[in-house]
Amino acid sequence: MDHSQLAATFNKDESRVTWHDETLWWVRQKRDKQAHQLPEWERLRETASRIKNNVLSNLSGYLEEFEANAIKNGITVHWAADGKEHNAIVHSILQKHGVNKIVKSKSMLTEECHLNEYLHQQGVEVIDTDLGEYIVQLAKEPPSHIVLPCIHKKKEDIGELFHQYLGTPEGNADPQFLTNAARLHLREKFLTRKIAITGVNFAVAETGEFVVCTNEGNADMGAHLSDVHIACMGLEKLIPKRKHLSVFLRLLTRSATGQPITTYSSHFKKPRKNQEMHIVLVDNGRSRQLGRPDFRNSLKCIRCGACMNTCPVYRRSGGHSYHNAIAGPIGSILAPNIDMKDYADLPFASTLCGSCSNVCPVKIDIHDQLYKWRQVLVKDGHASIVKKLGMKGMTFTLSHPAVFNFAGKAGRWVLKHTPFVVNNGFNPWFKQRDMPEPPKESFAEWYKKAVSNQQ
Amino acid sequence: MSRTSILQSIKANQPSFVEAPEVENFAPAFDDAVEKYIEVLRGIGGTLHHVESDEQIISIIKAQFAEAKRIVSDLPGMSSIAQTYESGDGHVFEDVDLFIMDSNLAVAENGAVWISDNEIKERVLPFITQHLAVILDKKSIVPTMHVAYDIIAQKDYGFAAFIAGPSKTADIEQSLVLGAHGPKTMTVFLK
Repeated sequence: MDHSQLAATFNKDESRVTWHDETLWWVRQKRDKQAHQLPEWERLRETASRIKNNVLSNLSGYLEEFEANAIKNGITVHWAADGKEHNAIVHSILQKHGVNKIVKSKSMLTEECHLNEYLHQQGVEVIDTDLGEYIVQLAKEPPSHIVLPCIHKKKEDIGELFHQYLGTPEGNADPQFLTNAARLHLREKFLTRKIAITGVNFAVAETGEFVVCTNEGNADMGAHLSDVHIACMGLEKLIPKRKHLSVFLRLLTRSATGQPITTYSSHFKKPRKNQEMHIVLVDNGRSRQLGRPDFRNSLKCIRCGACMNTCPVYRRSGGHSYHNAIAGPIGSILAPNIDMKDYADLPFASTLCGSCSNVCPVKIDIHDQLYKWRQVLVKDGHASIVKKLGMKGMTFTLSHPAVFNFAGKAGRWVLKHTPFVVNNGFNPWFKQRDMPEPPKESFAEWYKKAVSNQQ
Repeated sequence: MSRTSILQSIKANQPSFVEAPEVENFAPAFDDAVEKYIEVLRGIGGTLHHVESDEQIISIIKAQFAEAKRIVSDLPGMSSIAQTYESGDGHVFEDVDLFIMDSNLAVAENGAVWISDNEIKERVLPFITQHLAVILDKKSIVPTMHVAYDIIAQKDYGFAAFIAGPSKTADIEQSLVLGAHGPKTMTVFLK
């Protein structure tokens, strides 16, 4: 199923789509409020973007520097070429310790690598401890948003899940009550699991430390109570110096949720006494993307999700319609690098309005890249037949003025005299829309008249 | 195993070198850092008391946390209400109701306090406790994260964190709930 088919499924429940749309827009407005409080906001974005330019231009050097410092700090560093190797590395650490039950805090990288499914097949129980991720895990679904994993769910759905799996009273859908039920349930997991996996928000080359940001405190509960802490990161998470964290931590949460900072910004530099700490550095196509000049800027992403919250398509089609670990505009420019054929539909799931690029805290030219991916995909033969025929028809019409004039007249005549021809389910433009009132004349006709009247 | 091939591929594909910019010390948009800190901390769900002495802190804690069975702190001034602790196994702190710590760096623009394992011997304590109390000197409040990192830049630690308010989540329909996995409340005593 491609994006438009999956979006059609999501769009069946109109009131839920409206709720989804308005809720994400509300998050976007909270982001604006925070951004507008800082007169230096644009200069901050520019600084972040330029630091990331430096990172991309010296990524190999920073990786080596980071590795050397992390090893000095007592951390074991692993390198994985792809998701498969990443999963095997994680599993080998579990096997070494004879552990088959673990806790995991949010890591979009492990989603990208399908770690949970892989470990499940190996007989390992993984519990996602971020509340939103825990909820979608119970529902056997992937997260639909990188920051708000269960934003597609209503509290009643969650109440039902908790009733089924945690034995909460049927019909109780109070967020406070449900959160507390999860708190009690997961606390027992934190206290009994020997190995914890976390993601990484930033890794500092200069010091060999990594920073994990959460609001819930789940990464810290897992990591500080574990005998073994495994941190999994895409290799683009590096920044040169600790001091640069000031720029990124100021931007990240303001952009993501409209908070001035996450509750916890935890800096892990050395393992505790008697604790083992591992970092898995994962490529999985990133080095290839680095070699595409038009698309390498996508690697600057700090995973705030602002582009999703603002996107008119994402808000109305839902995260699952992108059938990729990372949804929305940024997911649509990252995914084709991983598989052009499987994700050929995603760069077309956009209006190219540019709002994503405007809110991006590291100034990724997201909408330009969406446009450029379309060209690459069509050239490489990945566009759908419908799209190709449509484009051919458009090209012909637009390059033949007589045909263009006739098509315009015909369109206006049909809308006026036989609206049933277009107001039906066979016309994709009629879905979730009313067709417009037909104008009396075309712009060209109006212009001719206006000019002759002036004379 | 893949280290060499990954690094080779990156070296082949990375663009030509550009310098990192100098980070400006962006001046804050507010004049009074202490006032801003108080406003932001309350905005993110924290509680704040102005205090002058440890006795005052103790009497507020006794009133505010009358139910607390286990209070932990290694601050000498809190010894009359709190047990001291040893580092080792974090699991033994699962029933801590209140942990009292001090911080010597806080950030006005986001309400966060900075702590590291140089001061807090057991990393899990500020997270596993049901409630968190922080004693903070007004002089320790800096306006922005840039100033904070100027101070932190050369520090050595094994673990450190900015903590901004009680743990929270809005994962259920964006309804804010305080007390996700970490402390349900955070109280700052400002000296």
